[in-house]
Amino acid sequence: MKDASFLDRLAPDELRALYRDMVLLRVFDEQATAYSRQGRLCTYAICWGHEAIQAGALRALAATDWVFPSYRETAVGLLREMPIEKVLSWLRGEPAGLWDPYEHCVANICVPIGTHVPHAVGFAWGSRLKGEDRCSLVFFGDGATSEGAFHEGLTFAGVVRAPVVLVCNNNGWAISTPVSAQTGAEKLADKAIGYGIPAIRVDGGDVLAVYEATRRAVERARAGGGPTFIEAVTYRMAPHATADEPSLYWDEERVSAERKRECLIRYEQQLEDLGVLRDEDVERAHERSRADVRAAMAVIEARPPSPATTMFDFAYADPPPRVVRDRDALEREGDAQ
Amino acid sequence: MKTLVEAVNQALHEELERDPRVFVMGEDVGVMGGVFRATSGLLERFGPDRCFDTPLAEAGIVGTAVGLALAGWRPVCEMQFDAFSYPALDQVIAHVGRYRARSSGHAEMAMVLRMPYGGGVRAPELHQDSPEAHYAHTAGIKVAVPSTPADARGLLSAAIRDPDPVIVLEPKRLYRAPRGEVSEGDGLVPLGRARIAAPGDDLTLIAYGAMVSVALDARGELLDRGISAEVIDLRTLTPLDEDTILKSLAKTGRAVVVQEAPRTCGFAAEVAAVLAERSIFDLRGPVVRVTGYDIPYPCSSMEDAYLPSVQRVTAAARHTMEFE
Repeated sequence: MKDASFLDRLAPDELRALYRDMVLLRVFDEQATAYSRQGRLCTYAICWGHEAIQAGALRALAATDWVFPSYRETAVGLLREMPIEKVLSWLRGEPAGLWDPYEHCVANICVPIGTHVPHAVGFAWGSRLKGEDRCSLVFFGDGATSEGAFHEGLTFAGVVRAPVVLVCNNNGWAISTPVSAQTGAEKLADKAIGYGIPAIRVDGGDVLAVYEATRRAVERARAGGGPTFIEAVTYRMAPHATADEPSLYWDEERVSAERKRECLIRYEQQLEDLGVLRDEDVERAHERSRADVRAAMAVIEARPPSPATTMFDFAYADPPPRVVRDRDALEREGDAQ
Repeated sequence: MKTLVEAVNQALHEELERDPRVFVMGEDVGVMGGVFRATSGLLERFGPDRCFDTPLAEAGIVGTAVGLALAGWRPVCEMQFDAFSYPALDQVIAHVGRYRARSSGHAEMAMVLRMPYGGGVRAPELHQDSPEAHYAHTAGIKVAVPSTPADARGLLSAAIRDPDPVIVLEPKRLYRAPRGEVSEGDGLVPLGRARIAAPGDDLTLIAYGAMVSVALDARGELLDRGISAEVIDLRTLTPLDEDTILKSLAKTGRAVVVQEAPRTCGFAAEVAAVLAERSIFDLRGPVVRVTGYDIPYPCSSMEDAYLPSVQRVTAAARHTMEFE
């Protein structure tokens, strides 16, 4: 990936757009972390330092390709024009945050680890069976590669040669468990080989490397070559989530060393060296994202809470009589108050 | 005075000390001491051969615990959250609950699965489930649900010493408050014995876990209206202490059962069935269930309306009091 020729694939405008994507994720993450600590959002799974993986991978997809995020990629829809209010509402535990996956081709956030890997495989398979030229991409962490659902998902992907890109965000930690205690395998990429799935390992802090690996995987998938496993190696430089206490288990020195080479600074430097990013671009990108996130937070905080009966709205296409009765009783209770 | 999670921690220290076969395992239980600190200090005191940080694989945790149990260990597995135990249901249903029967009683699954459960803490999706019915419906295992720090310690110790597999559901909304006295040494809470949490004559309120305090608050409100309710904390769902609830019903003739899980096929239905089957002539009004709704657990901003409230419990109580 040292060869700069693949840079030719992205014009300066696209390189800058990719930069703005990363900044948006970064700013969103820092703001969401702060809001969560202030009690204005619920627990938030921090993605600081993972922007290169998320933005790099997304940029290699067509808008009709589906993304299956884990909770580490809560904000990835923002790169597909999903309104910031949607994501903030989800984090606030508001029904307005329960998004339509068809709108931006972003599946709903998967909380139970690795259970969405087979979903992405099935979606890609089903799309191909219908003759549709689209693939899917699923994000999951290093810990997910221990779960049964991951292995069963990869088994299917290998058998049906699904056009799926499997992106493993190996940030070295599953909450407090280091990857060395997670697996006896030398590399997580090795796991894919056993399922007949080609694997590549990239520097997850290098957004262009992630982009290029994903681009090749997507090209393969579209050409009928089946799935690809991408192990994007990075380091978790932030707590797992706002409820975490990493001082119990992590090495402060390593974390501060890693923070000095985090992905956004690295990309900024790369672009400055290429002469495609000016100081004012950097400033403008940050300011704009900050203003957008703040404005979105103001909007959702000003909104009256949804009526509690909303919780009954979508559990069934055709709600059973008992559910209707409960809904009506709750509505009467609310009216009585 | 200890919190419920500190009482759990005490029981684990005591049981690891008492029996060299006890083996604690789970995600983040070692170095970190568990996401709720229930296993804090165990690794330091007993070492990694007694308190093991597992890979992130719940079916693997319970599946290897089956093997560990066959090898003579007494595994105490932590499932990090209620809904994270679902990948392990295959092992629980297919193996943990059946091994004794399968082996003509020769193989003992002396293991415990403990997990924080239930809602009310503004948690993300799948961190608020009440999965007790899945477990209570599985033959061959027992299910305990403490509602006080003393019971958390006493039930967990009893569960660890029990020759059969026990699921211990710890109400996470009670983890840090209120505090309560927790004895040391003896003071086990035998499995299968309910507790009268507060006496009364007109009505029996049956609850478990976090719903016990809701029932107690409802009892207070009912007293203001001249209704004296007896509150029973089941403490163990299976085996169910039928004698205690039937005795109370014989006195009051009326019962309300409270659970935060969805209604259909929930544990409250089992309690209502027992009351009807064994004591139909004691009943002076319908047994009423107050439960969560038959929908997936809602967004946290509306969970207060989903969870049984004091108001819903008192309304149910007044409804059943209307029958003569």
